[in-house]
Amino acid sequence: MTPDQPPGRPAGGLISPAENTWCPGCGNFSIEHMMKSAVAELSEEEGIPLENFVLLGGIGCHGKLADYLNVNTLYAIHGRSVPAATGIRLANPDLKVICHVGDGDIYAEGLDHLIFAAKRNSDITVIVHDNRVYGLTTGQYTPTSPEGFRGRSTPGGITEHPINPLEVMLAAGATHIARGYTKKVRHLKDLFKEAIMHRGFSFVDVLQICATYFNLTDYYNEHAYEMEEGEADTAEFASALGKIREWDYDREAPIPLGTFYSVKKPIYEEKFRALTADRSERRALVRKVIEEWR
Amino acid sequence: MAEYSVLIGGKAGEGINTAGLSIAGLFSRLGYRTYMYFDYPSLIRGGHNFAIVRAADRTIGAHRTRVDVLLAFDQNSIDNHRQRLHDGTTVVYDASQVVRGEGYGLPLDDIVKEENAPPITKNSAMIGALARVAGIGREVLEDVLRATVPEKHLEANLRVAGRGYDAVERVFTVEPLDAPALPVLTGNEVAGLGLVHGGLDSYVAYPMTPSSSLLHFLANRAEDLAIRVIHPENEIGVILMALGLAYAGEKTAIGTSGGGFCLMTEGLSLAGMSEIPVTIVMGQRPGPSTGIPTYTAQTDLHFVLNAGQGEFPRLVVAPGDLEETYAWSSAALMLSWRYQVPAIVLTDKTLAEGAYSFDTGAIIPPPDHEPVLWDGAGEYRRYVQTEDGVSPLAFPGREGAIVKASSYAHDEAGFTTEDPTEARELQEKLLRKGESLKEELATYPAVMTYGARDAGMTIACWGSQKWACIEAAEEFGARVVQPLVLSPFPARQWKEAMIGAGKVACVENNATGQLARLLRQHGFDPGRPVLKYDGRPFAVDELEARLAEVFA
Repeated sequence: MTPDQPPGRPAGGLISPAENTWCPGCGNFSIEHMMKSAVAELSEEEGIPLENFVLLGGIGCHGKLADYLNVNTLYAIHGRSVPAATGIRLANPDLKVICHVGDGDIYAEGLDHLIFAAKRNSDITVIVHDNRVYGLTTGQYTPTSPEGFRGRSTPGGITEHPINPLEVMLAAGATHIARGYTKKVRHLKDLFKEAIMHRGFSFVDVLQICATYFNLTDYYNEHAYEMEEGEADTAEFASALGKIREWDYDREAPIPLGTFYSVKKPIYEEKFRALTADRSERRALVRKVIEEWR
Repeated sequence: MAEYSVLIGGKAGEGINTAGLSIAGLFSRLGYRTYMYFDYPSLIRGGHNFAIVRAADRTIGAHRTRVDVLLAFDQNSIDNHRQRLHDGTTVVYDASQVVRGEGYGLPLDDIVKEENAPPITKNSAMIGALARVAGIGREVLEDVLRATVPEKHLEANLRVAGRGYDAVERVFTVEPLDAPALPVLTGNEVAGLGLVHGGLDSYVAYPMTPSSSLLHFLANRAEDLAIRVIHPENEIGVILMALGLAYAGEKTAIGTSGGGFCLMTEGLSLAGMSEIPVTIVMGQRPGPSTGIPTYTAQTDLHFVLNAGQGEFPRLVVAPGDLEETYAWSSAALMLSWRYQVPAIVLTDKTLAEGAYSFDTGAIIPPPDHEPVLWDGAGEYRRYVQTEDGVSPLAFPGREGAIVKASSYAHDEAGFTTEDPTEARELQEKLLRKGESLKEELATYPAVMTYGARDAGMTIACWGSQKWACIEAAEEFGARVVQPLVLSPFPARQWKEAMIGAGKVACVENNATGQLARLLRQHGFDPGRPVLKYDGRPFAVDELEARLAEVFA
């Protein structure tokens, strides 16, 4: 973890004065500080002005990050930050647009948007705070909760199996797919930086500890491992799929962390022309269209 | 008034809409004002499509039941429209399809075969026949075809049109007028052009009748108009993408109909709270639910007035013809940005897909507005309190500004708050913008009136029913009062317009009287309801008969 720098920019000034209301031990703290460091370091290393970062939040504990970081933010609605992110990136190609979303938020409420953003290869980054439980609504199952999970809405335990979001993303056409874990913070920060700098749709599922409703710390510590360089051929769909299927969020298995897939494809937003005309020029174009109306 | 009505009918896929527009072009070329009602079921091929083209020597915007010429491609086009015939109606039909017809039977199958022309050119034979029946010269006919038919198909169409022309006789003569040939556009096309006039950068939409043709038109003309057009995964994606574009500084409009608007309401409320401008073209069609998808209604007024959780101001305008559609689409976009509120341009299938002569000289251009932008001084606070409630805008990427927009109740800098004082101040700020918008609109023609004030009879109406009402009112010497702005409701202008109203009839394309309900909410007497809710707009003569019951 990069130590906080003195007050003033970059890193120190990136934490806002807003009161932090996450539970003690919440995995969101790791994500907050690693994102803060990732932004600060990328600003320095890549020369990206801090004002060119935009963070979006959905609704859930994860979304509070929009309040806690002192950067441009659009604190959106449940499951819907991804299409807004694409809109922002369309409007200004200089912006680095990062969506922080929850697992209930994006895999339940907003899965359609996630799949389509991947399909388009929209040049945005999606970071999923995947704690596999609804926190802010106090403990219901989500699309990544394992079979048998007993939540407040399913006291008898769920009978359905979780989705493997990485597999969904690979099938949908995501061009950069990674998984991190909130107890491996330096690794997490590197995943963030890599995802933000990827040109195209990048996706990071972060296994996040929920200290209150679903504390899987021991389980993850036992099973999660960082993939070695070259362990997955990130340019190969089949290789990525095999590695992604090593753990299905359900049965007990080793949990690979790192980047599974990363390829270059044309970017959605770059298929649109840049807009250069101002209003008076457009009015002349309107007049022309009417004059030449057949 | 000199006026003519022509009905052309056939199966879907035979190009009835295009043929109708060509007929309107024929009359336009002679200086006539035209209106076209297009009626089609929700299917792709088959069924029964028809267009009624009406032309007159003055402005019109509604059809009449009876027609002077009936052009029938099939038996349905004759059997379904017998009530439209009068003693002088000329019927021209395709003798290859119609078994029982009286009038001129044209062997269209033989004609296109002999001319070695594709089947779609049968439309040109009908238009040729119409020109001859109406005493319109061959050169005018050929001019219109040259202007509408692509070059590679032109010769075949001219030959087939000539066959139609020669197969019939002159029945009456449409005298050329000393008036300009106006272009004929649909409400959707003009809404698109009006939005661009107002400064549109991007248009985002998911297809849904009757707004799909707005998406198609702008997509097709995106390059000509220097705009961007996007079709995302669904209406929720549409409005969120639009809000993302606008948050980053792009003026964005979206379009839909009732079902799609249902999906957009959560995003609409987000626009209200986050104060991100968005303009929505909402084309109504009959519900509930899927309803009658390709027909018309004015049933969503209270839906758009009240959509979205929480209390926030919005602009709702309902234009009644092309000139108003142009002016108010433009005004809606500019005012949405000036006051950072959602703006809704409420149309319906009748206006959106109906075609009208477009008289740009009759547009009352709205005042130009620019958004209020941050001057760069001091610390930027997205939601800073101001006298009129409008906080200056900065966009991400601006040096020195941290732009925090939020769906949560927030403080001036955009941070979430649950503090009672801040919550109250925020709510009051939102409402203050509504008051400021209302003051601004006091200087706009927000309520239109037609006819003399002392008539003792007044028709209240809104949206697409305007011109049927204006024409029907003349029959009674009645006055017409039409609110263009429905939110914030222009109560002062309405009150002034209704002085000495006398007997009032409130004409609407719905079953419950939605304008009437709005008027009652504001303390006005809406008079007697005159309602039509069968998915079709009022014909002028039909409305006259209904009004006679009220004004008797």
